[in-house]
Amino acid sequence: MDWGTLQAVLGGVNKHSTSIGKIWLTVLFIFRIMILVVAAERVWGDEQQDFVCNTLQPGCRNVCYDHFFPISHIRLWALQLIFVSTPALLVAMHVAYTRHEKKRRFRNGEKIDIEELKNEKIHIRGPLWWTYTSSIFFRIVFEAVFMYVFYYMYDGYQMPRLVKCSDWPCPNTVDCFVSRPTEKTTFTIFMLAVSGICMMLNLAELCYLVIKICMKESRKTT
Amino acid sequence: MNWAGLYTVLSGVNRHSTAIGRIWLSVIFIFRIMVLVVAAESVWGDEKSAFTCNTQQPGCNSVCYDHFFPISHIRLWALQLILVTTPALLVAMHVAYQQHQEKKLLVLTGHADPKHMEEVKKHKMRIAGSLWWTYVCSVVFRLLFEAVFMYIFYMLYPGYQMMRLVKCEAYPCPNTVDCFISRPTEKTIFTVFMLVTSSVCIVLNMAELVYLVVRACARRGQHHSNPTSGKGSFYGHKHSSEYKQNEINQLLTEQDGSLKDMLRRNSGLQEKGDRCSAC
Repeated sequence: MDWGTLQAVLGGVNKHSTSIGKIWLTVLFIFRIMILVVAAERVWGDEQQDFVCNTLQPGCRNVCYDHFFPISHIRLWALQLIFVSTPALLVAMHVAYTRHEKKRRFRNGEKIDIEELKNEKIHIRGPLWWTYTSSIFFRIVFEAVFMYVFYYMYDGYQMPRLVKCSDWPCPNTVDCFVSRPTEKTTFTIFMLAVSGICMMLNLAELCYLVIKICMKESRKTT
Repeated sequence: MNWAGLYTVLSGVNRHSTAIGRIWLSVIFIFRIMVLVVAAESVWGDEKSAFTCNTQQPGCNSVCYDHFFPISHIRLWALQLILVTTPALLVAMHVAYQQHQEKKLLVLTGHADPKHMEEVKKHKMRIAGSLWWTYVCSVVFRLLFEAVFMYIFYMLYPGYQMMRLVKCEAYPCPNTVDCFISRPTEKTIFTVFMLVTSSVCIVLNMAELVYLVVRACARRGQHHSNPTSGKGSFYGHKHSSEYKQNEINQLLTEQDGSLKDMLRRNSGLQEKGDRCSAC
């Protein structure tokens, strides 16, 4: 079970998304998950081994590392991606449920072509519209929450070169040096920018859906 | 065989689960197995190499690590996930057995064409009769395993929190030695996360159990208030061919209508065939 399986699961949702939803999914897979797996994990791979403190005191390095990095960027991004992709599964479950209902009606004798049922694209109307809109809303909320968590935990989005640590058992104040700070800052800003783009896409999709339904309603009333 | 293999095996069970069962399966795969593989394993990756003790005494490091971490969190979670997902295989086996019975029945009634055989494989089994008991047992075992592992975690690592510092006196460490654990905060965060998802799964399993029991009681209530729809009318004469026909009819009824529906839909099985031919 890894990112590949998540991709397979979410690929199915793609069929029932709007065009903006499809673009969002592509951005998610190529610019976030793939970058995370292929590049970012290597950059953060030696984060603890190469975290060096100017002391021989055993345990000081561990304690300082833990103090300045309560949860690593990589893990936060992995959790963010998992949480942000999960609302799409709500939509998948709703579509599967709609199909199941149609199949049940077919079983009870109504004339519905079963082959067509499998391939037909379900239109985003009625209760599915609400499920879809809620999933987009949750995506936006999760993105925002994680961006805030990042900002709060790491005091901005920059990785410092040097941190000064005075936790026990470090004697007095000790200088500790972070490995690859510039590369980490670059990737952090990149992931932040892509996260921002994804949020924009989600907001655009939300507006599109709301406008579409308003237009449909006004057409019905005229 | 790895997590992906388990995913393939269990996706098959998905079809015959209740809606709550499917949600439970999604939570297990996305929030537990995936988080374990993608995130937690790298957090615990250097747990032994970065476990540092304030001593130069050889062997002290290993002995203290072994004393405080008899079994690593990662291994416990892997065991927990395997044991918790395995009862679903009981259901899969039972469904396979029922499908085998249906195929035998088709052969007996002379409907053994490939189209019908394919349908047997594809149609969703209803959770009734003996399958209901198997399903309920699997849910009970899941609950039991989850609870047992949560208790084991609590016993081994009191409070679910990872300490930054542990004091070790095991031989050959001289007197008392300070040992420092790597990434304690990150480990605590993930421990709490896995604990929360475990609780969510326990709640889902309990909800599923209640749902199954309530549904069975409702069905039984309907059955009692409408006795003529039952099997009673099928117990006809013990004439050889008619008895055989009645046995087949009884088996058809026991399949809870699913096979009957299928045959009726596909080959225009007459309603008369469902009744006792000698009546």
